[in-house]
Amino acid sequence: MEYLTLFISAVVVNNFVLTRFLGLCIFFGVSKNLNASIGMGMAVTSVMTLSSMLAWVVYHFVLAPFHLQFLTTVVFVLLIASFVQLLETIIKKQAPALYNMWGIYLLLIATNCVVLAVPLLNAESNYTFLMSVVSSIGSGLGFALAIVLMASLREKLRLADVPKPLEGLGIAFILAGMLALAFLGFSGMISL
Amino acid sequence: MSIPIMVLIVMTGVGLIFGLVLAFVNKKFAMELNPVIHLVEDILPKGQCGACGYAGCQAYAEAVATDPTVPPNLCIPGKKPVADLVAQLTGKVAPEVEPRVAQVKCQGSNKLAVKKYEYAGVQECVAASQLQGGPKGCQYGCMGFGTCANSCPFDALHMNEVGLPVVDEKKCTGCGKCESVCPKKVIAMAPIGSHVGVLCNSKDKGPAARKVCSIACIGCGICKKNCPYDAIVIENNLAVVNEHICLEKCENATCLAKCPTGAIQGLTPESISQSEAAKEVAAVASKAAKEAALKAAEAKKAAETEKN
Repeated sequence: MEYLTLFISAVVVNNFVLTRFLGLCIFFGVSKNLNASIGMGMAVTSVMTLSSMLAWVVYHFVLAPFHLQFLTTVVFVLLIASFVQLLETIIKKQAPALYNMWGIYLLLIATNCVVLAVPLLNAESNYTFLMSVVSSIGSGLGFALAIVLMASLREKLRLADVPKPLEGLGIAFILAGMLALAFLGFSGMISL
Repeated sequence: MSIPIMVLIVMTGVGLIFGLVLAFVNKKFAMELNPVIHLVEDILPKGQCGACGYAGCQAYAEAVATDPTVPPNLCIPGKKPVADLVAQLTGKVAPEVEPRVAQVKCQGSNKLAVKKYEYAGVQECVAASQLQGGPKGCQYGCMGFGTCANSCPFDALHMNEVGLPVVDEKKCTGCGKCESVCPKKVIAMAPIGSHVGVLCNSKDKGPAARKVCSIACIGCGICKKNCPYDAIVIENNLAVVNEHICLEKCENATCLAKCPTGAIQGLTPESISQSEAAKEVAAVASKAAKEAALKAAEAKKAAETEKN
């Protein structure tokens, strides 16, 4: 039950894009078409999960024992960047089909704030290993949900009669604001 | 141990471990890349703009170096110099393209084709087609909102009085933009100079097609039977002409006279002026001219009475 609450909280209530406004760069950059956004969502979810597992291990076995928590951010940046690079190299060789599906988005998220934020928040909240895995899968899926919603809306928007000054990013920001308002409705559903 | 030393050790350790792992993985999982890919990639402007249709410069370099069907001139920012260099490196020549011109495969004007409903939304074909497949009775026909005409970069497409696009063959470059934006795929590219065309896109069975449009191809196959060169086939209840055979062999197109509905049309200037659609346009135009003349006369009268 505790895990379910954590998961739902990460997906909708504390959605990283729409309530915490992290990862906006890729959220606006890759939401122009649905297929790309699905690929991006998958890439972010998997990287987030795997890197927060790794980050958990590093945090609890290296940083915490030596009381070096103040280094967490620096070490995690290093860790995630190299891990993404590693993942890209391996996937490119071992699973070209997978690489073509979402591997091309991997390097875009090597230094993204939302991927860094999840392990950091997990470490700060002192989650157990399993809890941090659940929370990062939830956060990743929450990101995927937000970007897929956004991409489908923006695909519809192409046919709409948008006022000239708002075309493109302008209307996308307004749309994101409205989506965020809608997600605000989930707040208070679960309190952590 | 003091904190700074610990920091030094931990950071160096973490950095070293990741560096080593990355180096190892890079060696172990190295891809044997075609050397041409790197050469091509060096030439490309690396704007990563994606105008070539690939996910960045590297992807295009890979595609152009390994796939013989990918043309070397796709890099739009690089223009001709880059295209020439890429062509040289990959041993490709910029492909010889057959000159083509847009052909509108629909004659179902406002008068000849039945409408399902009156559409009053955004005057745009893609939007209209999402509402029950568009207002036209024939779900394959031109809806006449002019998305193609608006998208033509060369001002070669215009909507005529009866709601169909007309190609200005002198201006049409055959770029295919209109073909790609038309949600009904009514516009197709045909070789320049083709003299016979099936100007209908309906894949409905004969009676169904006829019910919604009097000038539809009903897939009867009479044209096919009468063609001495086997240039026509019937696919999905629609006659399809192989323009190359027509261009090469046919002098006297017997299919034109035999078509019971007039869906197959001659495309030479004389036959176009005699076609149903042209007559209709002329009729509409003359009617409009008459009306204008009447109005002018009325206005004149009004002016005169005012003077008096």
